[in-house]
Amino acid sequence: MSAPASDPVTDHVGDLLYGEVEDDLRASVREVLGDKAPWTSVLAGTERDAPYDAALWHAVAAQLGCAGLPVPEDLGGAGATWRETAVVMEELGRSAAPVPFLTSSVIATAALLAAGERDLLGRLAAGDAVAVLAVPFSTAPGDEVPGVEFADGTLTGAVAAVADGLAADVLLVPASGGLYAVDAADAHRTAVTSLDMTRRLTDVEFAGAPARRVADGPDAVRAALLIGAAMLASEQLGLAERCLDDTVAYVKTRYQFGRPVGSYQGLKHRLADLWASITQARAVARHAASCVAAGDGDAPVAVAVAQAHCSAVALKAAEECVQMHGGIGFTWEHPAHLFLKRAKADSIALGTADRHRAELAALVDLPPA
Amino acid sequence: MSTAPPDADELERRAGEFLAAHDPAVLDPLEFLRARFDAGLAWVHHPEGLGGLGAPRALQAAVDRRFAAAGAPSNHPERNGIGLGMAAPTILAFGTEEQKRRWLRPLWTGEDIWCQLFSEPGAGSDLAALATRAVRDGDSWTVNGQKVWTSMAHEARWAILVTRTDPDVPKHRGMTYFVCDMTAPGVEVRPLRQLTGEAEFNEVFLTDVRIPDAHRLGEVGQGWQVSTTTLMNERVAIGGTAAPRESGMIGVVAALWRDRPDLRTPGLHDALMRAWVEAEAARLTGARLRQQLTAGQPGPEGSGAKLAFAKLNQEISGLELELLGADGLRYDDWTMRRPTEVDFTRRSPGYRYLRAKGNSIEGGTSEILRNIIAERVLGLPGEIRVDKDVPWKDLPR
Repeated sequence: MSAPASDPVTDHVGDLLYGEVEDDLRASVREVLGDKAPWTSVLAGTERDAPYDAALWHAVAAQLGCAGLPVPEDLGGAGATWRETAVVMEELGRSAAPVPFLTSSVIATAALLAAGERDLLGRLAAGDAVAVLAVPFSTAPGDEVPGVEFADGTLTGAVAAVADGLAADVLLVPASGGLYAVDAADAHRTAVTSLDMTRRLTDVEFAGAPARRVADGPDAVRAALLIGAAMLASEQLGLAERCLDDTVAYVKTRYQFGRPVGSYQGLKHRLADLWASITQARAVARHAASCVAAGDGDAPVAVAVAQAHCSAVALKAAEECVQMHGGIGFTWEHPAHLFLKRAKADSIALGTADRHRAELAALVDLPPA
Repeated sequence: MSTAPPDADELERRAGEFLAAHDPAVLDPLEFLRARFDAGLAWVHHPEGLGGLGAPRALQAAVDRRFAAAGAPSNHPERNGIGLGMAAPTILAFGTEEQKRRWLRPLWTGEDIWCQLFSEPGAGSDLAALATRAVRDGDSWTVNGQKVWTSMAHEARWAILVTRTDPDVPKHRGMTYFVCDMTAPGVEVRPLRQLTGEAEFNEVFLTDVRIPDAHRLGEVGQGWQVSTTTLMNERVAIGGTAAPRESGMIGVVAALWRDRPDLRTPGLHDALMRAWVEAEAARLTGARLRQQLTAGQPGPEGSGAKLAFAKLNQEISGLELELLGADGLRYDDWTMRRPTEVDFTRRSPGYRYLRAKGNSIEGGTSEILRNIIAERVLGLPGEIRVDKDVPWKDLPR
C-alpha cells in the first residue's frame, strides 16, 4: 500500500500504551489514594488550615517513592522517566489529591535536573523536602516571569499566585536572568483563598531574602514549565476519567420516569462524546509524556497540543459530571465540585488553551492575521 | 522457517531482499503487486500464503513506508476502500480456505474492486431489518431485493452482501452473508446522484440473482455476526488509518493559510488552530488505536475514531470555504459524473465541504455510533427495542 513520504520528526509516534511496570505503579498509587485520599477526606481538607495533606504526601512521595521517579539513580532517584511520572499524575488527578507532586516532584525537579543541581534534587527525590518554582501558576512555558531582582546575594520583589507556596521548604525563584534557591522561611508568604483548595496558591514577597544561584539563563525554567505542562495533561486525563466513571455509574442507578436516566439519549450521546474526547486526551497526553521522556525535538508541539486539548476535555468532563448528577451534583456534600474547581484551575494553570494554541501557531508555521 | 512470527528486523530484511529481486522501475506493476502478495509483504499480519507472514499488524506501516520509498507501485487503496478495509478482514475471519485463496490476492492487488451491498431503502441505521431475500435452491441461492448507498458498485467485480434467509425468526437471527458476483445476470447498478452533483453511490437491484452456496461467508443465519465484523473494520478503516501530521483536510487548509496571507483574520486563525489541535489529537488517537489493534480484531473503540473524523472533516471543510471568501462561493462542476475513486480531499473546496456531509452518515451515523459507545463501552442501558422478539415478517414497515 502506498504511504506518503514521512517526516522523521513530526510523524514519529512513540509507544502510546502503558507497560506492565506502569500498570503496577498505577495499581500501587491507586491503592494508597483509595486508602488515604477518599473524596470525603479531600473535601474535609479543603476546610482545614494545613496547605496540603502531609500524611498522604509522605505515603506517595517517600514510601511509594514517586517523588524520585524521573530522577536518575545516581542522583538519588528511581531512574524511571516522565512516562511513569505521568501515570502517577493520572492517578493524583483522579483523586484531586492535595499533594505538591506537580509543583515539587515535576516542575521543581525538572528545573533542578535541567540546571544540573544535585543536593536539593536528592532531597526532593527522597521526599524529604518540597520545592516549588516561584512563578504565577498561570505561567506558560516561554512566558516572561518578571517581578524579582537579585542583588548582593539576596532577592527582592513579589510573585503572586504561586501553587503550593505554603507547602514549600525551598522556593526556586527566577530573577535577574537566572534561577535562585531561597529558604521558604526567608520569604513572606500569604495564603490565597483559592478557586481550587486542593492545590492552594500563595502570594510570595522577598525583601532581601538570601538566595543561592542554581541556574543561569531562562532554559531551566522553560524546560520545567514545558515538562510541567506535559504532566498536567495526564492529571487532566485522570480527572476526566474519574468524572466520566462517576457519572456513568450514577446515571445507571438514578431512576426518573421509571427508567435509569442513563437510558435517555440526551445523556447517552453526551457521555459517548465525552468518552471519545477522553480517548483522544489519552493519546495526546501519552504522546506528550513520551516526547518529554525521550527529550524529543517535537516535545514543544506535543505539549502545546496536549494542553490545548486536555484542558478542555477535563473541564467538560467536570462540568458534565455536575450537570448529569443534577441537584446532588450542585451540593457541597458531593465530590463533583472538587473536580470542577480542579479542572477549571488546571485549564488556566501553565497557560490557557488559547495561549498554547498561539504557541503552536508559531511552532507549526501558521502565523496569525 | 522459524516458528516465531517475524519481527521488525526480519520484515525489513525480507522487504530489502524482495526489492533487490523485484525492481519496481522495471517490473510490470501488477506482476510486482502479485509477487509482493506472494512474498507475504502485503498484509504482514495475514497468515502465510494469504498475503502475510503472521507478523504483528503494527509492523505494516514500516513495510509500507519501505516499499513507498523504493518507488513500489500502489495497489490504489483509494479505488478499493471497501475491499481492503471491509471485505478482506471479513473474508479472513469467516471465509473457508478456498474462499480466502480465491479472493484475497486479486483484492489486494487491485485487480478486483469490491463494493458493499448492505443498506436498503428500508434498512439504514436499522441494518438488521433488511428485506433482500435469499432462498436456497440446491447448491445455490436465489436473491431478490434492492440495495442502496453502494459506493463504487459501477466499478466493482465482487460485493459483500447480506440477505434475509429466514423471515420467521427475529431479525438478527435470520440473516446470511454472501459474496456476490457483480457481473452475474440479474445484478443491475443504477447511479444514485448525491448532493455533490456526482454519483459516487449507486442503487443496486438484484433480480433472481443466482449465488452459489460456495460463496456464502459464515453459517446460514450467522449474517449479523459476520456483518458486525465488517462494520467494526469499516469504522477503523475510516477513522484509524495511518497518517502523517497535517494529512487530509487539515493539510489542505493549513497550506491555504500559508499561501494566502490576504485571507487571514483573527477569528479564522482561532478556528484554524482549534481544528489543527483536533486533527492532531485525532491522528494520535488513530496511532494509539492501531497500537492497540496489533493483536486481534477491532472493538467498539473504532467508533470513537470514526465519530471524531466525521466532525473534524465537516468543521475543517466548512472553514476552508469561509477562509476563501468570494472564491468559497464557486463550485467546480454540477455535472452528473461517476467517479472511479473515493477521496474526500479531491476536487474543489465546495465539493469537499459537501462531500464531508456524508461522513457522519456513511458507515454508521454519528447518532448510531454514540449509541454503540454508550451501550457497549460505557454499559449504559440499551435503547428500548420493540422489535427484539418479533419475527422479522411481522415487523411494521
